[in-house]
Amino acid sequence: MSTDTHAPSTTDPGHEDGHGAAHASAHGHGWTDLQYVLLALFLAVVTALEVYASYADWLGALFIPSLLIMMVIKFAAVVLFFMHLRFDNKLFSILFYTGIGLALMVYVGTLLTFQFFVG
Amino acid sequence: MADVVIDHSETESTPAPGVDDGHGGHDDPGGHGGGHHPSSGLSNNKLAMWMFLGSECLLFGGLISVYMLYRSRHADNLGPDQLWDIPFTSASSFVLLMTSLTVVLAVSAAHRGNLRNTKIWLVVTAVLGSLFVAGQAYEFTVFYREGLGFTTSLFASSFYTLTGFHGVHVIVGVIMLLSAVIMLNKNRITGDKAETVEVLGLYWHFVDVVWIVIFTLVYLIPA
Repeated sequence: MSTDTHAPSTTDPGHEDGHGAAHASAHGHGWTDLQYVLLALFLAVVTALEVYASYADWLGALFIPSLLIMMVIKFAAVVLFFMHLRFDNKLFSILFYTGIGLALMVYVGTLLTFQFFVG
Repeated sequence: MADVVIDHSETESTPAPGVDDGHGGHDDPGGHGGGHHPSSGLSNNKLAMWMFLGSECLLFGGLISVYMLYRSRHADNLGPDQLWDIPFTSASSFVLLMTSLTVVLAVSAAHRGNLRNTKIWLVVTAVLGSLFVAGQAYEFTVFYREGLGFTTSLFASSFYTLTGFHGVHVIVGVIMLLSAVIMLNKNRITGDKAETVEVLGLYWHFVDVVWIVIFTLVYLIPA
């Protein structure tokens, strides 16, 4: 295993041995701890914007769409990068997105049920 | 170097060298054992966790659906507009969001073989998770004193059920994090420690992701 392609990718030079570094790179997908911190800061900013939007009357009709878009951005950032779904095997993505798809179908199905059986 | 023929039919737990498992050919060269990689090259532990998380989407999807349908079914003075304390909930949401960072740093340290930092970040995550649960308990107490019991209205029942289930998931996560720290301390994790921490991290991230949805749909979007 070539060490130049599996160099430690993090800011912590602590206890890791050569194998640990290789392991880290293989699983870390090239993301450093600093990149994770930056992503967390980005998520914090988006959260602050969400809270601001909930008080901003001037958004008008854009209020709910903007909140939903920010929610999706945060959701995708955590799932794709923190949970490594973007870099991991496709089967994991299929399993997770199937669950989300079914959950949305449950919601739509429930809404339709209430629509059709009112009164 | 002599050619080596590996009989995979007898070593199912050994990943096939070169099999693409989505990790760029990571084949556990150190012989960690890991999560019993079958012929697919995937870790059974990770596969099981992702299947579990997929099923959890259905659970929370159902609970969120019920809340969205019933959130306007309440008395005039005991609805979300009267009860929610957005600054407080925003602060606890921020705390939970930051646990995604601390747990990913734990996973990162584990993959580097740095057990000391792994344990530190796991404990930090558990502390922040406990802080979130404490905030939720405080919030429930305030609502109860305002008169919002579990059976007060359909809104109350669906709200307490949804956020309560999420809180239980956080508590379970905290227990798992602390258990992992204890097991790492006592060297009781026999397989790939990094993979164990990674699977634990997946669960914790999911709990965070669910709260991202709850925070927006339940607290920020008015009924």
